[in-house]
Amino acid sequence: MKSLAELKAIRDRAKAQLDLRKENPNAARVLVGMATCGIAAGARPVLNAFTEEIAKRGLTDSVTVTQTGCIGICQYEPVVEIEIPGEEKVTYVKVAPEMVPRIVNDHLVNHNVVTEFTIGAIQK
Amino acid sequence: MYRSNVLVCGGTGCTSSHSLLIAEKLKEELAAKGLDKEVNVITTGCFGLCALGPIMVVYPEGSFYSMVKVEDVPEIVEEHLNKGRIVTRLLYQETVEEDTIKSLNKTAFYEKQKRVALRNCGVIDPEKIDDYIANDGYAALGKVLTEMTPEEVIQTMLDSGLRGRGGAGFPTGLKWKFARGNDADQKYVCCNADEGDPGAFMDRSVLEGDPHVVLEAMAIAGYAIGASEGYIYVRAEYPIAVKRLQIAIDQAHEYGLLGKDIFGTGFDFDIHIRLGAGAFVCGEETALMTSIEGKRGEPRPRPPFPAVKGLYRKPTTLNNVETYANIPQIILKGAEWFASMGTEKSKGTKVFALGGKINHTGLVEVPMGTTLRTIIEEIGGGIPNGKKFKAAQTGGPSGGCIPAEHLDIQIDYDNLLAIGSMMGSGGLIVMDETDCMVDIAKFFLEFTVDESCGKCTPCRIGTKRLLEMLEKITKGQGSLEMLDEMEKLCHYIKENSLCGLGQTAPNPVLSTLRYFKDEYIAHVVDKKCPAGVCKDLLEYTIDKSKCIGCGLCSRKCPVGAISVTDYVAPGKKKPAYEIDHSKCIKCGACFDACKFKSIYKG
Repeated sequence: MKSLAELKAIRDRAKAQLDLRKENPNAARVLVGMATCGIAAGARPVLNAFTEEIAKRGLTDSVTVTQTGCIGICQYEPVVEIEIPGEEKVTYVKVAPEMVPRIVNDHLVNHNVVTEFTIGAIQK
Repeated sequence: MYRSNVLVCGGTGCTSSHSLLIAEKLKEELAAKGLDKEVNVITTGCFGLCALGPIMVVYPEGSFYSMVKVEDVPEIVEEHLNKGRIVTRLLYQETVEEDTIKSLNKTAFYEKQKRVALRNCGVIDPEKIDDYIANDGYAALGKVLTEMTPEEVIQTMLDSGLRGRGGAGFPTGLKWKFARGNDADQKYVCCNADEGDPGAFMDRSVLEGDPHVVLEAMAIAGYAIGASEGYIYVRAEYPIAVKRLQIAIDQAHEYGLLGKDIFGTGFDFDIHIRLGAGAFVCGEETALMTSIEGKRGEPRPRPPFPAVKGLYRKPTTLNNVETYANIPQIILKGAEWFASMGTEKSKGTKVFALGGKINHTGLVEVPMGTTLRTIIEEIGGGIPNGKKFKAAQTGGPSGGCIPAEHLDIQIDYDNLLAIGSMMGSGGLIVMDETDCMVDIAKFFLEFTVDESCGKCTPCRIGTKRLLEMLEKITKGQGSLEMLDEMEKLCHYIKENSLCGLGQTAPNPVLSTLRYFKDEYIAHVVDKKCPAGVCKDLLEYTIDKSKCIGCGLCSRKCPVGAISVTDYVAPGKKKPAYEIDHSKCIKCGACFDACKFKSIYKG
């Protein structure tokens, strides 16, 4: 170790995993439906895509990704709910891994709901 | 990137109830389900709530599973980690509320705690230096080496008001200042990890859960006093701690955080481990250093103090593990931050090892000045089986007993001394109404008699004589004069012993004499043990008027002391039994066996 910059580089690299272990009540939450219906419809790659994307963008200290059970709209699985404190909960349906970067960028970073992926758009 | 972290406690307590098997099984199950790239299993240090071990915490949900068994693992993996359904029945029940799950930090055990020394225990993987660095590890060393002069470091320590956590409470900054002030070609930094108090295990938990914090703090101390070498003296009975320390030292070397030219500043520092054989006296600073030198662990008179002539007769600073665990935080957050916690003369937090008659056996860290009542009743969850609190013993064999009347005292170094106990290393043993205080004093004295090194007479012979008197009292051979004689001898030993072991050994006797004299008097005058502990003062008797003659006690008696009589109590069908006191060994088997409460103890 020859400099503080070197130490900081290691710190930044390792920090994301540690953020996962901190309870942050103000964090935005991404809830991926992972009951049997969700898993069958392909929720696992979606869950992992969220994890990767959020780590890549350095959002681990402000966003947590968790699983949840079946919320009763099995025909629309994989279902992802996003809760940002102070904003209305948004439900995305039939989510595919390819849609994840856009949801993260538009919704979690810029607070613009991706309306076309939401349950409201599909029910029309 | 893992989506979920499963933390399994790998401290000594949980390990002994097979937590490592649980971690293995978890990895196996996750691999079988193809989840091993998504879920990370981490073995951590102690979470503190040892009574509920083995402990497992799943993040990001923060689900706290307690008393987990290997057989529970497949269910947790399938339900929680695969499908996201928390296995409520295995959660620590205090975190479960009707339809929501409370955060761990909101439970009675954790809510009143303030974790400084233990901040990484149960959070990081102690065998991964990256985990420590991620939580600001080695940043304090970096700051000290690149931005501060040694004098500034010492001033920060002085301003923080940090006092030694090993027991005596000497200001750490002052210790460092003295060692800095003595010029020598070589100086040493030592770490006292010879945790000898049989009721304390906070140093072990820090070493097992966060070994790097000790290394970092020792390097800071080395810079402050001008030393390039350090020794950690740790007992060989702590195999997990020793193993993780060695791993930590190797990793720190690999990263260049120990060794030559650290952070390119020209500062060199290296650390060696020395294993102790477990002698209590080696926790005393001069005996510890004599033992590191390879000699028999005996204390030597002070002065000269270690800051003048310590290890290998060179200026040395010796601090305790918990003291070191506070130091990097003080450097990073500032002396004012640390001094804002605690009481006027005792700053910061203190870790206590809760044991004895208490529901939440484990480790707690609270700000100095927290009352004993808060620690025992709120954090500790009170006394099991609805029994009444009698006393709390602090400071281990060197400390004293605190009675119920002082439950509301604010715990700090000076308040404890004022009521005849001491902080010691922070062992806190709770006793209820079924504990005999004379017996407790005898227990601790047996320990010090065993552990006295024998170098000085007041300790070697004085404690032995004291123990003999206590044995007589518990056998009903004591007298009132003996109590006065005992007290006199206690003061004599305190004043004339060479080291801290002898100077504090009479404390358990003195404090019980002070607060529980009535129990001593019951032993010597009435020849009775009110708590029913001292066997020689006990007698088991069958109340013939209640005995229904079932004969269960007679069958349970291991020495055949119970036989049937020809007396049949009015209203009973069979003849009653009686105990032959000349044969009775007072084991209590009959007392426990009798379903009709016809046997009396007293």
